[in-house]
Amino acid sequence: MTASVLRHARISGVGEHRPAQVLSNDDLAAKGLDTTDEWIRTRTGISSRRVAAATESVITMGADAAAKAMAEAGVDAAEIDLLVLATCSMRNAIPGGAARIASAVGARGIGAFDLNAACGGFSYALSVAADAVRCGTAQRVVVVGSEKLTDWIDWTDRGTCILFGDGAAAVLVEPSDSMGIGPVAWGSDGDGHALVGVPEGDWAIRMDGQAVFRWATTELTPVARRACELAGITTDELAAFVPHQANTRIVAAMARALRLPESVVIAHDIAETGNTSAASVPLALSRLIASGQVKSGDPALLLAFGAGLTYAGQVIRIP
Amino acid sequence: MTEQDILNGLATIVNEIAGVPVGDVTPTKSFIDDLDVDSLAMVEIATAAEDHFGVRIPDDDLKDLRTVGDAVAYIEKAGVAV
Repeated sequence: MTASVLRHARISGVGEHRPAQVLSNDDLAAKGLDTTDEWIRTRTGISSRRVAAATESVITMGADAAAKAMAEAGVDAAEIDLLVLATCSMRNAIPGGAARIASAVGARGIGAFDLNAACGGFSYALSVAADAVRCGTAQRVVVVGSEKLTDWIDWTDRGTCILFGDGAAAVLVEPSDSMGIGPVAWGSDGDGHALVGVPEGDWAIRMDGQAVFRWATTELTPVARRACELAGITTDELAAFVPHQANTRIVAAMARALRLPESVVIAHDIAETGNTSAASVPLALSRLIASGQVKSGDPALLLAFGAGLTYAGQVIRIP
Repeated sequence: MTEQDILNGLATIVNEIAGVPVGDVTPTKSFIDDLDVDSLAMVEIATAAEDHFGVRIPDDDLKDLRTVGDAVAYIEKAGVAV
């Protein structure tokens, strides 16, 4: 699989945008929602989530995160030739947001497109970006995960409104001498399309939480193992596991099923962020790096999964 | 496998997933009210029991398994080799 590539790809910078407005569990209860902070925390691991202001959008948050990732990598807009936006929460389906983000960061004219694999989106987009670099289609790619999910939330639906939040994060992908982004293990299950999403004729995200929980805790362990196999390492050799921040209970069940040793740091960003769909994995990666618990070159397994159903994972080296 | 074997196997699973002492997992106990096992832990217990006993416990049936005894009877009826 790796023998035919022109060169490897790696992540050279990470940037994030977290909206300033915090909405706590107590705030939700105070709004009249029939729930408690304790109930939400024990079922989900979430204490609060960020809510974008009226002036913040998938575009503005994504552009801010992209600019920060480019700055961290020390790359100018003129050096970027592709931008991929993973999102599922644009207010309007047409046009997509990638071109506007490219223009906003000063990279007008480059290839730009949106990719919708919902919560699985970031790992899908990262794989496409890495392949573009490996094959020489692109030199430097910005991959953005940006979501304003609160536009799609029914604040009276306590099965969903407690879970989701807004935010964006981005990475810069560029050529590398060694494998900085491993081959992707990805897949989908359209038979499960009704488990989570905006139903036909509805306007808000609905979810069968119990069914999603069962799917995530049983079907994704082999995907995680396969991503490690494709990268040529064992789960024991990982320095970190960066799963989609859907629910700490899902993450704990996955870690147990994978028998991850204590040495593997599990990224934990959900407590004050909630589930931010395609932004969740890069936001968790960004926080993990900032925490100092991992160092440059460490192998980390990313695993994104969600509505579709879609899932994708790959081993990366921490930039 | 006897009913007692199923109970023992189930008790081990409940202990591993929810941290409930094995001795507390007796037939009359309610998972939610007595053992403090919530709906997500019930799903984990069900999937672990599926692997262990080689049975299927769909979500629709799972919600009817109120007590440990209900679960033992379900697993027995679902065709575990007795």
